[in-house]
Order: sequence, then structure tokens, then C-alpha cells
Amino acid sequence: MSRFSRLGNDLYSGARSYNIVGRRTFWYLLSAVLIAVSLVGLFGRGLNFGIEFSGGSELRVSQVSATQMEDYEQRAGDVIEAVNPEGTTTITQIGDDTVRVQTGQLPNADAEAARADLADEFGVDTEDVTSSFVGPSWGETVTQRALIALAVFLALVTLVLTFYFHTWKMAVAALVALIHDVLFTVGIYALLGIEVSPASVIGFLTILGYSIYDTIVVFDKVRENTEHAFDTKRQTYGEAANQAVNQTFVRSVNTSVVALLPVAVILVVGISLIGPGTLVDLAWALFIGIAVGTFSSIFIATPLLVHLRERELFIRKHDAQVTRRRARHDAREAARDQEADADGMPGDGEDELVGVGAGQDGETSGGAGATADTGGGLRGGQTQGRQLHPYAQRGPRNQPKRKKRGR
Amino acid sequence: MTTSTPAPRRDEDLPGAGEGSGRRQRRSGGRRGPGGQRSARMRGPLRTLLSLLVVTVLLFGGIGVARLWAEPAASLTPQLGLDLAGGRQIVMAPLTEEGDAASADQLEQAIDIIRRRVDGGGVAEAEVTRMGQNVSVAIPGNPTADQVEALSRSSQLSFRPVLVAQPTGPQAELPEQRTLPLPPSLIQEQLEELEQQQEGSGTGDETGDSVEEGTTDDGTTDEAEQTEENRGGTRLPMTEDGTEATQAPGVPADDDSSTAPPAEEETAPPADPSSLAQITPELQEEFTALDCAADGVATEVASAPSAEPTVACSVEADEKFILGPVELTGSSVTDANAGPETVQGGTVTGRWQVNLTFDGEGGQTFAEITSRLYGYQQGEAQNRFATVLDGEVITAPTVNGVISGGTATISGDFTPEESQNLANQLKFGALPLSFEVQTSEQISPTLGGEQLRYGVIAGIIGLLLVFAYMLVQYHALGLVAIGSLVVAALLAYGSVTLLGWANNFRLTMAGVTGLIVAIGITADSFIVYFERIRDEVRAGRPLRYAVDTGWERARRTLIISDVVNLIAASVLYLLSESGVKAFAFALGLTTVIDLLVVFMFTHPLVSILANTRYFGEGKKWSGMEPERLGAKRSAYLGRGRVREPDVIAPGRRRHTREELEGGVV
Repeated sequence: MSRFSRLGNDLYSGARSYNIVGRRTFWYLLSAVLIAVSLVGLFGRGLNFGIEFSGGSELRVSQVSATQMEDYEQRAGDVIEAVNPEGTTTITQIGDDTVRVQTGQLPNADAEAARADLADEFGVDTEDVTSSFVGPSWGETVTQRALIALAVFLALVTLVLTFYFHTWKMAVAALVALIHDVLFTVGIYALLGIEVSPASVIGFLTILGYSIYDTIVVFDKVRENTEHAFDTKRQTYGEAANQAVNQTFVRSVNTSVVALLPVAVILVVGISLIGPGTLVDLAWALFIGIAVGTFSSIFIATPLLVHLRERELFIRKHDAQVTRRRARHDAREAARDQEADADGMPGDGEDELVGVGAGQDGETSGGAGATADTGGGLRGGQTQGRQLHPYAQRGPRNQPKRKKRGR
Repeated sequence: MTTSTPAPRRDEDLPGAGEGSGRRQRRSGGRRGPGGQRSARMRGPLRTLLSLLVVTVLLFGGIGVARLWAEPAASLTPQLGLDLAGGRQIVMAPLTEEGDAASADQLEQAIDIIRRRVDGGGVAEAEVTRMGQNVSVAIPGNPTADQVEALSRSSQLSFRPVLVAQPTGPQAELPEQRTLPLPPSLIQEQLEELEQQQEGSGTGDETGDSVEEGTTDDGTTDEAEQTEENRGGTRLPMTEDGTEATQAPGVPADDDSSTAPPAEEETAPPADPSSLAQITPELQEEFTALDCAADGVATEVASAPSAEPTVACSVEADEKFILGPVELTGSSVTDANAGPETVQGGTVTGRWQVNLTFDGEGGQTFAEITSRLYGYQQGEAQNRFATVLDGEVITAPTVNGVISGGTATISGDFTPEESQNLANQLKFGALPLSFEVQTSEQISPTLGGEQLRYGVIAGIIGLLLVFAYMLVQYHALGLVAIGSLVVAALLAYGSVTLLGWANNFRLTMAGVTGLIVAIGITADSFIVYFERIRDEVRAGRPLRYAVDTGWERARRTLIISDVVNLIAASVLYLLSESGVKAFAFALGLTTVIDLLVVFMFTHPLVSILANTRYFGEGKKWSGMEPERLGAKRSAYLGRGRVREPDVIAPGRRRHTREELEGGVV
């Protein structure tokens, strides 16, 4: 635990830093692979739409006794197979004594036959088997409306983010991350063959909200750091963004753990105790979505943002300034080191002092805290035999006397 | 970063005063220090906490009040949606007579029709929503086949003559202002109503008069009819006003005129559809027993045989009728529209009316009816003509003339919306929509209950795990997070319950999941906030400043991210349907609660805690220990030498004042 908080400290101070922005090609590739996989799932296997989308017939066998419940899936499947060999059939147990069979739309005669056969198979009266037609109402209307709402939402969010961050590129990066998340989740759905029910559509929408939320939190830190970098000219845009990602890393991990914990519990409880249903559908969508949402806001959105913005004239100028400044400083540092090695040439004490001050600056921008100590040490002790400023050479005699701290 | 922080500092925090304030801090470190500076620091946060307490108390007080005195009483638990409570979900596609899909206008009307049927059909607490081109009805519990059947039958508009009309409801009992003999007869009630209205509104008389004038105008030129509007409580008085306008009798005259007709009409030939001879003792009994506030009346009436008289209630359930047999059906109506009322010469009176057009045969029948009804005295119930839609009397105007041209107007005190609404009802009632049941699904309550139970169990376990994680990560500060989550949970529960009562908001499985996910997003607010505070402490800021500046920054982040969430919620709520709408509502609600809790609970609490010794000095396990967070305090090493904190915050030129003076105040 304390290791984790030390990691947080190190990440904050820059003592340890993961070069996420610099290695963006790797992350792009990684997510390209992820997206490719999900596209394969999406177009290869296709989404397994629930009966609410495709429409179809649903048969419910109620009043099934516990002994008859054994192996219900296989048996009901066989019955339906005999009546309607085509089409996918899903069979689920609902409650204690009901078997639900969903299949493609059956003509009336077939539905009647299936009713009789199912009643036979499970030893119940034909009246206890209900057959109903489920219209594809969701697929046609609700999803369509949700998509329209989504488009409006994305447009609005783009506007708001553009105004808030003063650049449309952050909005674009956030949206790319968002699409990445939803696409990936939907792809996983297709790959694993999880049924897409109205509940999972709602799950997708939740992911959307979460993904954009998470990205904004990271971007807000990026904004803060980069603004600071613009002021001080000590970090390039990419470095500042990278530091921001590192600094929010602990937050991101904590947040995703906290968000994932309840969902994971639902998933475990749902799979082990409840069986397929709204709860599990939703939990799957959320679990995958939240995990990939956290990933994308760190590893996709920020590098992409840097990628987009680095070409801007302003940023290029800024970066060039930073580089120049750093080179100048490095040269001065090297020169100073040489002078120090040459052991004190007389007459350039003034330069020396400037050099020390600049050295401290340089270490700061490098983000290495440890070397700052050396700077302090150098200044404090006069052990190197270096030439000191005449003012300092005069010694403590002429300095104001300090009162003794007798307490 | 200190340089760019615009946070205003209080006097005591300025460099010169630093030492003093620090000491004072330590001295009055106890929780209830009476020191002036201290209480100033605490007052703001305490006040905020107090107002949150008020909000919470109001919320739950509202529930309590609604529970004790409201009708219907609020439940102490949230209302559950269909998928959790069980019930029947029916999706119906409205079809026109020709079998075409309904147009958008017709769809609205169809929803209206269904909603009225559901409300009137005794199906309590049903939910009617639009689902694309379809109408979705969610009925809790297990409705009978008859009820479902009643919902999907085609819409019926019919015209029946009124035999007896009697106001019901609270208005009938209200007035006691004049001392009158109170015989326990129905007529008496009518009279009282009348008096109340006459006393209450002088304008009512004027309206009656002007309508009368308009009638004479129209009567001389054309066959158009001016009748009195009779929706709402003004119906009866206006009818009576009409009586007064023509006959100018006193109140006792009304009494006479109302009591007299039944006796006269006993002898009328039974072939007359307006004949009171049709009122059998059974019908009379039924009429007396008829309670318009009860459920299921409309359904019953709608299924009454059309050739026989029946009892019925008005839409507002404030008047009940005995109606004659159906004389004209909605299919005879070719058009109905609302427009501003005009008198001769086209001058607009500023009032609204409904124009009704019949087809040839219908117009003829209507002329016969009106000529017969016109024969009755104005103010008599039999002068009125009821329009019945799905078993409810939507309007029952008096007949002020014989209408032979096939066009009638209904005028009265309409708002434009009311007249439009009535016109729609007449028009679409005339164009019967039938409903094809697309899906009719019985959802077992046991299944939903089971899901809910496990969902809640899972939520609680998840919450406990989150608590544990927060404690491990943030130590004592984690307790603040836990407290905040508990407050958020309380607020969420309270609002969902209250909304369930006030707005019929129902918690569905999607909503429950949304709430569980909200745990994560709400906790994230605290995490963002705490991490910002820690960042500031890491940068070497003393804790009290760290809380202030950390909050400044965290607040920005929290607001923008929650604003985006709110946008998502409202857009989805406004533009999407059914399940998605419920989800969007849950999302919006939790976002608002999140903001509320962070601003009004977490931050004030942390500010207060930062002023205590334990947190403010970063004691062990407080979750804010500067050493653990990597901030080295400067230390005096003796002999005038000071060990400086070795970490210089990134981008900083030199150590900040706070770093040099120590990590804590």
C-alpha cells in the first residue's frame, strides 16, 4: 500500500515518469489491434440482437415442476428444432418454474405445434404454455431515437469542451476516445456473443458518459500543466501533457477501481446467482466499458491530443523555445562543470553565481528532484575551494549578529 | 504554482502573521475552540453543512408529509418499475380504419385515448408512453383479459341526448353561504352549485348573455348553433345562466323548472329518445349509486348497448348523466376544428369555439335531434346533447337553435388549448383508431423481485468494498469519503422515493444499475478532490492551504465533468424514449446529487477537519501526512543551517514560502 502511495509521490514529483505520450505509436498500435479485433467480432460474428430488436416468437412454459426442470435447455431446444429448424433459439429459465423460449417468428400453425410439443415435453397443460409475438419495437424506434439523442449530445459536448478548453482538438480527442470505448465494448459483445438487449443499450450509453467524464478529468490536468508550461517555457507541450497523465495516474487507478468494484460484484452475483438477464447484460457492458474508458483517456486521448496539437504553430514555437533554452542551459552547465574542474580561475566569480542559479533551474525542468539536493549542497558548503563572491568572503564578522536562541 | 493561484488569503495567513496564527492554531486545537479566528474559519463550512442538513430534512420531511396527509399516500420506498414489480407490458400499434399506420397527430391522439382508457379503466398507476410509432402501456400487477381487451378496442365517439344531469364531486357540497332550506334531494344540490357559481363569478352571467346574443345573430343568418360550453365546474351555472337570460327567473324558478320536468315527461311517448320514461327504477338506482370518482366507470359505459339509455360521467368526473340511446355516431363527423369565435361581420370576440361538421346524413339526423331538443326549455337537462368518447362525456352543450346545415359550433369559456383539445377529440374520435397489439408480455414479479434483491445485495457488497478501498487509500480521509457516499445514498433514496410519489418516477432495473454505477462516479469526485489536496501537500503546501487551493482546482474539474454528464442526461431524457429516458433521469439525478454532496458536504467537512489538530498537522493515519506524501519539511539543523526540502515542485524556480516554513502550519 505504501508502495502505491510512494508511486503516487514519485509520479507527481516526476521522480518516476512513464513516457506515455512519447511512446504513442505503441498505444495507437495496441488500440488499433483492439479495434481490429472488435471489428472482426462486429462484422465477422455480428451482434447477437435480443428478441426485442429482431422480433420473434416467445413461448413460455409455466408451472414446470422442479423435477421437469432438469436439462430444460436441451429438451426445449430439441422441441423447437423439430418445429423450426432455422433461426437461433434462446432458452432461459425464469424464476423457479418457468422456461422461456425465444425464437424467430413462427407462423401460427407452427406456434401452436410448438406449444403442444413443449407442454408434452415438460408435462404441463397446453394452457400453461403461452405463445406471444414480440414486435421489433426496440430495434426500430427506441434505438433510433437513442442514436439521434446521441448525435445531439456529441455535438453539444464538442461545443462545450471547445469553449471550456479553448481548443476543439481536446473535444476531438475526447470524442475519439469515446468512440474507441463504445466500439470496443460493442465488439466484445459481438465476440463473446452476449445478447444485446435494451438493457445493454443503456449500458453502452452509460459507458459513453463515463468515458467522456474520465477523459475530461485527465484533460483538465493536462490543461493546467500545459498552461503552466506555456508560462514558464520549461516543458514542451508533450512533456507537460505526459506529466499530467502521470500525475493523474493514481487518481485514474483509484477511480476505476472504485467504479469497477460494484460492477464486478454485480457481475459475479449476476452470473452465479441470477443467470442471464438485465442485470448481467448491463454489468458486462459497464465492466468492459469502464475498464477500456480508463485506458483510453490515458493512453489514447492524451497522446492523440499531443499529436494533434504539436503541429500547431504556437505549440511548435513554444517547443522550439523550450529546446533552445534547454540547449543553452546545457551548454552553460557543461561550461561550468569544465570550469569547476579547472579549479577556480580568478576573476569570474560573478559568472559563477549566475551559473549556480541557472543550474537549479535546469534541474527543475528536468524534473529530477535528487540533483536539486546537490545544488543546495554546493551552495551551502564551500568545500570545493571555489572562488566566492567578495561579499561572502568578508565572513560573518560584518554580518548582523543573530540573537541566541536560548529557550 | 503558487504564483498562479488567485486564492485570496486571509490576513492571518500572510507571511508576517504566519507565526502567530500557527501558534494560535495550536493553542485552540480542540474541536470546540471559542477563538474568534477559529470560528470565522469554521463558520462558512458549518453553515453550508447546516443548509445541506436542511435540504435533507426537507426531502425526508416531504416524504413524511406526503405519507401522512397526501392523497394517495406516498410510499416510504421507491416506486418500482414494471420489470421489478411485475406486470404486463403491452405495445400497441394504432391503425386507422383503412389499416394504415397512424400519422403523428393521430398518434398523439391515440396516446391520449389510451391514457384516458387506462385512467378510466380502473387500471391504477399504469404508464402510457410513446414508443416510436407505437403506444406502450405498462400495467403493474396482473390485469384481467377484459381490461387488456378494453384498451385495444377501437375508439368510439357517439352522441346521446341527456336525460338527467347532476353535478358531483366536491363542488356540489361547497356552498353554504345563503340560508336556504336544505331538502335532501338531488335538485337541491344542483341549486347550491348554481348559487355558488352565481355568487362566485359575475362574469359568468355576462358570458351567458353574450353567448345568447351570438346565437340570435347566427340563428338569423344561418344554421350555426351557439351552445354553451360545459367543461369543468362552470357547466351547470352557465346552463342556468342561459335560463336566466331568456326567462330571467329568480332562483326559486330554477328549482321549479328542475323539479317539474320529470313529472311532465312521464307521459311522453317512449319512442322519443329524450323521453324520461326510459328511466327505469334500475337505471335510477344505478344513477344514484354511480360514483364518478370510482375506477372503471368509463369502461363499463363504453360497453353499454348503444340502443339503450345509460348512465355516464363527464371527463372531469364532476357531473353525472343519464343518457338516452345513441342517436349519432362519430363516423358522421367529417371535421372538427377550433378557431376564434366570430360574430356576424367577422369580428373576433377573443373567445374560442369548436366547429363541427357532419356529413349529409349526419347533418340531417343532427337537425332532427336539435329541433327536438330545442323544444325543451333552456336550462333543462334534456335540452343538452352529450358527446360520449369511450364512455366518458367529453362535452354536453345545450342546444340553442335548430341546426340544419350540418355545421355546429360549440362555444364557451375555452382557452385555445381547450378548444383545440376538444376539436381533436371530436375529430379523431370520428376517425376511429383501432389498436393492434404487437407485444403483450406478462412480466413475473418474482423474477423482478429476485433481480432487485440480488442487485441490492450486490450494490451493498460493492459499496462495502469501495469503503474498504477508500480507507486503505486515504486512511482517515477515507472516512470523509464514506460519509459523503452515505449522504449521497440517502439523498438518492429520498429523491427517488419522493419523485415516485410526485412524478410517478419508477425505478427500473436500468435505474438501479445506474445508481450502482453512480457510486463510482460520485466516489470519483472525492478521489479527484483528495488527490488534488495531496498534490498540493506534495508540493509542500501546508495542509490548510492545500485544502483551499486543492479545492479551487478540483472544483473546476468537477464542475465541467458533471456539466457534461448533465448535458448527456438531459439530451437523452428529452430526445429518447421509455427505458432510455428512465436511465437518463437516473443519471441526471445522481449527477446533481454528486455536485450537491461534494459542494455541500465533502468540501465543508474537509475544511473543518483541516483546522483540527489531527488532520491539520498531518498526524499519522490522517491520510494527509506530508512525509508519506513525499513532502519534506524544512528543518532547522542548528548553527544557522537549515535543511531545505529537497523536492522542488516541477516548474518552480525555487522553493515556495510554504515549503520553507514547513509542510504544516
